[in-house]
Amino acid sequence: MSTVTLFGLCAAALVGLGLYGALTHPQPLRKLVAFNLLGSGVFLLFGVIARRGAWNTAGGDPVPHALVITGMVVAFAATALAVGLLLRLHKEGGEATLDPSVAAGSADERRGS
Amino acid sequence: MSLTQVLESVLALLVLGAATWTIAARSAFAASVGFVSYGLLLALVWVQLAAVDVALTEAAIGSGLTGVLLLGAVATLRGTEAHTVRGPGLALRITAGICCALVSAALAAVVLTLPESGPTLAPEAMAALPATGVGNPVTGVLMAFRALDTLLEKVVLVLALIGVWSLAPDRCWGGNPGLEHRLSVDGVLPFLARTLPPIGVLLGIHLMWTGADHPGGAFQGGTVLAAMWLVVMMAGVRDAPAIREQWVRLALVSGPIVFVAVGLAGVLTAGAFLAYPVGIAKPLILLIEVPMLLTIALALGLLVAGPPERTADAP
Repeated sequence: MSTVTLFGLCAAALVGLGLYGALTHPQPLRKLVAFNLLGSGVFLLFGVIARRGAWNTAGGDPVPHALVITGMVVAFAATALAVGLLLRLHKEGGEATLDPSVAAGSADERRGS
Repeated sequence: MSLTQVLESVLALLVLGAATWTIAARSAFAASVGFVSYGLLLALVWVQLAAVDVALTEAAIGSGLTGVLLLGAVATLRGTEAHTVRGPGLALRITAGICCALVSAALAAVVLTLPESGPTLAPEAMAALPATGVGNPVTGVLMAFRALDTLLEKVVLVLALIGVWSLAPDRCWGGNPGLEHRLSVDGVLPFLARTLPPIGVLLGIHLMWTGADHPGGAFQGGTVLAAMWLVVMMAGVRDAPAIREQWVRLALVSGPIVFVAVGLAGVLTAGAFLAYPVGIAKPLILLIEVPMLLTIALALGLLVAGPPERTADAP
């Protein structure tokens, strides 16, 4: 199996794993980690697919590399904003959950105490 | 099977193992640590794909800075973890698993049926590279051929930071980001915060400078600078600057402003937005990169530091 095929299959598995985590984890922070995993899998898939065209030029194809670098920085900025939103949610309600019943329950508790 | 193939297979398995750990780990802390090691392993994969610039970015931003951000959030949210463990039922998880496996299988089928050679802009990029005076093709693409992407990405960084700052409660607006870190007299962190930055700052600037001809660049250099600054902030050696400070805001927008100014000058001198006049492309790229390095380092550091959380002193 060639390098490109091997890491291409690896990237495909990473996308599936990340998607599964983002769908099934109840905690928003875990969803965020899984979503980053999904994103890095997509970047890798992009890099692998672009690698074929540049097979004969030394050093790979610089255009997709530059796009992936830009993508990683934007992904980090989005993650930082998401973490900020999550921490603010925690500060407001004392909980960090997307489940409305849990959030409402903890708000009632605090009002009662 | 050659030795390289064996090593590549082991690397692919390690990446998949770390990824599985990240998803399956019980605690958010374990998952975050898994994500950091996953990012470092993924950087090795990028090296194998002859993308050293991408590998440096993945290790620095994808693994390092994201890791700091996640671990900080884990520490704050630790108390809530036990309350929110109720996940979807088994049937739903199995359905989700099957659907995700189908997505993976479809992508794998695409990878396996790809034609031998695909479309590429690499020859055009390599042919036009000498005109930019830059030796590293990735830097050439980032700073010249696709400079608009890089400019917009700087704007995204600043916008994301404005978004994070706007999450500050009203009474904290304008104050210093994050919680106060107390300086402990002895310990490893304050020691590192005093000894690492001189080396790290030099390394960051070197990465930016050498990025013209070798792997590296303003992104990777800026991330190293941001990391040094974060160590200093976390050790409590220096507090993060108050976000009402004029110099912080000016330094943050200096990168995009210089970029736009050079771009507009290109309309007059070279006939298109972000076009560089023949012969002075390299000095112009450096002129853009220096404030860009400052913007990246500041924005990344402040994004990790978070919104102001202490009551601001009266200005």
